[in-house]
Amino acid sequence: MVFSYYPGCTLKTKAKDLDRYARISAEALGVTLEELPEWQCCGGVYPVAKDEIATKLSSVRALNSAGEMGNDLVTLCSACHNVIKQVNNDMRTDENIVLKVNNYLKLDKPYAGETNVLHYLEMLRDAVGFDKIKEKVTNPLTGVKIAPYYGCLLLRPGSVMQFDDPENPSIMEDFIRAIGAEPVSYSMRNECCGGYVTLENKSLAAKKSNNVLESAVSAGAQMVITACPLCLYNLNKNGSDYDIPVHYFTELLAQALGLK
Amino acid sequence: MENKQQLTEQILRMSGVNARKCMRCGKCTATCPSFDEMEYHPHQFVYMVEKGDIEPLMKSESLYTCLTCFACVERCPRNVEPAKLVEAVRLAVIREQGANHLKPQDLPELWDEDLPQQAIVSAFRKYSK
Repeated sequence: MVFSYYPGCTLKTKAKDLDRYARISAEALGVTLEELPEWQCCGGVYPVAKDEIATKLSSVRALNSAGEMGNDLVTLCSACHNVIKQVNNDMRTDENIVLKVNNYLKLDKPYAGETNVLHYLEMLRDAVGFDKIKEKVTNPLTGVKIAPYYGCLLLRPGSVMQFDDPENPSIMEDFIRAIGAEPVSYSMRNECCGGYVTLENKSLAAKKSNNVLESAVSAGAQMVITACPLCLYNLNKNGSDYDIPVHYFTELLAQALGLK
Repeated sequence: MENKQQLTEQILRMSGVNARKCMRCGKCTATCPSFDEMEYHPHQFVYMVEKGDIEPLMKSESLYTCLTCFACVERCPRNVEPAKLVEAVRLAVIREQGANHLKPQDLPELWDEDLPQQAIVSAFRKYSK
């Protein structure tokens, strides 16, 4: 199985572990991730306004590049996934954006949302299969109680992301079971950690992050997993009332597969 | 008066929102993770845009506490999508010359060594043009 792969800016710098463990795990699972030859930062947050064009171009370039190679595009960082998937939806549904983007880019063939975008977790679920992962696990995390933290960006808006049920998701829980651990159910798993507001308003980010961790800890979690570098930062740095480890899900996957 | 109407139309056009669909149930504010930090809550954004009261919103710090978490977008039973109005009003402010809310020279003071690049690019996209 071959996919184009979009790592994004943070996976090349502060979140190298998220990227590294994803690549070696994919290889062990028979998946080839081909990093796009040229990619640009997605911008971190989806440009919501209808008249934003320039801010969507980097996503379209990545989508088109994968499409030209005939590949689906796999993303990993929750923010990149949200931006690229929402821009792809614009390219499928908003004639004005399609027209202006294509006028600007002058591609060999106009792009209209043909490429499929998959998050790494969706790739594990739909292309590899959690049953197959279970078979390949050599070092199961037996008895470890893990809180899956979805945050906002993987799930919402549900009608566009189509990742899982936005209010009652199960993909991370299924992932946790596949690596031999036990998922913990808690109410704040799909509420915001505070996001980029941490830059200007630490107290707001601290309140949000501590709420998430309080919910996870009181449900008996021993660790939290995430797919987002900013969630990891907020929960670790701003969620300082609770001393619970927060890991990238790819790190635990690599560990369970005996690669770490 | 004419300006007020033009501004309202601009906000509605940029956001793609139909504020008149709102039935004032308040669910957006109830689910907003930032509501208690906001001078104007999400449901008030919808109400005030509908009434054409854009200027007080443009002056409010509430514009910079929206997390763009899409909770209000997801949970609005009428599909009004208040976050898109907050975004449009914020853009109406920061698209003015010299009105950037976050400037590169502010960064050294706000930065710490663990901060992911994602936080910086996101904040610049939200707060500056």
